[in-house]
Amino acid sequence: MIDIDPSLVNWSRAMFAFTAMYHWIFVPLTLGLSFLCAFFETIYLKTGDEQWKTITRFWMTLFGINFAIGVATGIILEFEFGTNWSNYSWMVGDIFGAPLAIEGIFAFFMEASFFAVMFFGWNKVSKGFHCFSTWMVAVGSNLSAVWILVANGWMQNPVGMAFNPEQARFEMQNFAEVVFNPVAISKMTHTSSSGFVMASAFVLTVSCWYLIKRRHVEMAKRSIIVASVFGLVASMFVGFTGDEAAYEVAQKQPMKLAAMEGLYKGERSAGLVAMGIINDAKSPGDVQDAFLYKVKVPGVLSLLANREFGSFVPGIDDLVWGNEKENVMGVNTMMEKGRHALTDLAAFKEAKKAGQEDAAAEALERFNVNQKFMGYGYLDTPEEAVPPVAIVFNSFHLMAILGSLFPVIFGAFLFFTLKGNVTEQRWLLPVGLFTALLGLLAQQAGWVTAEVGRQPWAIQGLMPVKIATTNLSTASVQITFAMFAAVFTMLLIAEIFIMLKQISIGPEGH
Amino acid sequence: MRTTAIKVFSFYRDGFAGMTVGKSLWKIIIIKLVVMFAVLKLFFFPNFLKHNFETDEQRANHVLEQITRQVADNN
Repeated sequence: MIDIDPSLVNWSRAMFAFTAMYHWIFVPLTLGLSFLCAFFETIYLKTGDEQWKTITRFWMTLFGINFAIGVATGIILEFEFGTNWSNYSWMVGDIFGAPLAIEGIFAFFMEASFFAVMFFGWNKVSKGFHCFSTWMVAVGSNLSAVWILVANGWMQNPVGMAFNPEQARFEMQNFAEVVFNPVAISKMTHTSSSGFVMASAFVLTVSCWYLIKRRHVEMAKRSIIVASVFGLVASMFVGFTGDEAAYEVAQKQPMKLAAMEGLYKGERSAGLVAMGIINDAKSPGDVQDAFLYKVKVPGVLSLLANREFGSFVPGIDDLVWGNEKENVMGVNTMMEKGRHALTDLAAFKEAKKAGQEDAAAEALERFNVNQKFMGYGYLDTPEEAVPPVAIVFNSFHLMAILGSLFPVIFGAFLFFTLKGNVTEQRWLLPVGLFTALLGLLAQQAGWVTAEVGRQPWAIQGLMPVKIATTNLSTASVQITFAMFAAVFTMLLIAEIFIMLKQISIGPEGH
Repeated sequence: MRTTAIKVFSFYRDGFAGMTVGKSLWKIIIIKLVVMFAVLKLFFFPNFLKHNFETDEQRANHVLEQITRQVADNN
C-alpha cells in the first residue's frame, strides 16, 4: 500500500481540474474569435464596405475583452506543477521544457507584437498590413495552443523519450516523435476546431440577441453569415477529427475508450452506444448490467475503434483481468511486471548509493525489461486502473450529442440568412441565443472526457496521479484552492460584466 | 533610427491614450498579474523542489526516493 493521503491527491487533482476548466472558458473563444475577426477584416479589405469595418471592430473589442481576462490564467497551472505536482514536474521537465519554451518565445511574442497593431493600428498603418496583423494574431493564438497540446498529448501517449533512472527523469530522445505524436496531432486538430465552433456559436448568440431586440440588424445578419459558414465547416471538421481522436484513444488508451462507451465485457462487432443511462452501481467484474437503458448501433464501435467491422474491442473487465483468447494483457499482469520494475529501480538506487557499479548495472538491465510497466507497480488493485466510468461516459456522450447538433444549427442559420428571412424564424432565434452556452458545455465535457478518462494516470502507464503529487498537507492545498477559486471567479464575473456591457453598447462604441 | 523609435513610441502612446474599454482591461490585467505573482506565487505556490533542495542532484534523489518509496515500505 502507498501511504499517500487520498484526500491530498483528490484536492490537488480538483484544484488542477478547476483551474484547467476555468482557463478553458477563455481559450476556445480566443482561438476561434481571432480567426473570425480576420475573416471580417478580410471581407472589409476586399469590399471596402465600411459596415464590415464596424463589424470587425465590434467583434475585435469582444475578442480583446476575452483575451485580456483570460490571459495568464494558465500560469496558475504552471504554479501548481511546481507546488502540488513536484515529482511529476521534475520527471517531465526535460520533455515539457522544449514545447513550452517554444510556446513562450515564438507563439506568444508573435501574438503580442501584432496585437498592438490590431488594436492601435486602425488608420495608422495600411489596411493590408492591419489585416495581416489580425491574421498573425489568429495564427499566433492557435500556435500557442499547439505546443500546450503537444505536452498534453505526450502525457496521454508518452513517446520519443527514455527514462533516466539516475536523474529520475524522462529525457527527450526524439523531438519530432514528441511533436508529431499522433495523439497530439488528433488532440490539436480536434481542440482547435472545437474552439472555432465555440467562437462561431458565440457570434451567433450575440447576433441573435440583437435580432430579437431588433438592434443592429444588418450587422447581426452579416455576422451570422460568416459565423455560420465558419461554424458549419468547423463543426463538420470536429466530427472528422473526433473520429480520429477516438481511434487514437482506442489504440493507445483502451481503458478510456471502454469507459467512454460503458463497455465492461469486450466483444467482436461491438456496438456504439448512441445514448443511454449508465448503471452507477456497476463495478468491474460484477454481474450487474452496465446500463439501465441504452440505444446501441450494432458493429459501429468496432469500426470506429479499429477501422474494421467484426474486430474485438476490449471491455473494462478484459483490460483489468486480461483476455488470453483475444491477446489482451490484464492490469493484474502488468502490476506484477511494474512491481518488478520498481524493485529493480530501488535496487539500482541502493547499489549506486553504495558505489556497487556492477550490481547497479545488473539492476538497471532488469529494470529496463519491465520499465514500460513501472506505473502499474504503484497500483494497489487492478480495479484502480479503471477511471470513474459514469463521469466519462456521460461527459463523452454529452459532448458527442451537442457536437452533432452544431452542424444542424449552423446550417439552419446559413440557409435562412441567405434566403433573407432569418429574422422571421421566431423558433430559430432563441435556439441561436443558447448556442454559445451549448458550445461551452461541449467544450468542458470534452476536457472532462479526455482528462477524467485517463485517470489514474498522470503519464499513461508510467506514473499514476498519486505518485505525481507533492507530499503536502491537505489543509494547505485546500487554502490555495480557495484562493485560486476566489480570484478566478472574480475574473469570470468581470469578463461577463464587461462583455455584456460592451454587447449592450453595440458597435456604436466605435 | 531615431525617427523610427519616435514613431513606434508615438504609436503606442497614442494607442494607450485612445483606449476606452481597454483602460479597464489593463487595470484588470495588472491587478491579476500582481495577485498571481506577488501573492499567489510568492506565498501560496512555492516551487517545492527549488524551495527545499539546493542542487539538482538532491532534487533527483528526493524524487527517486519518492517513486521507489513503495518498494522500501514493502521491504
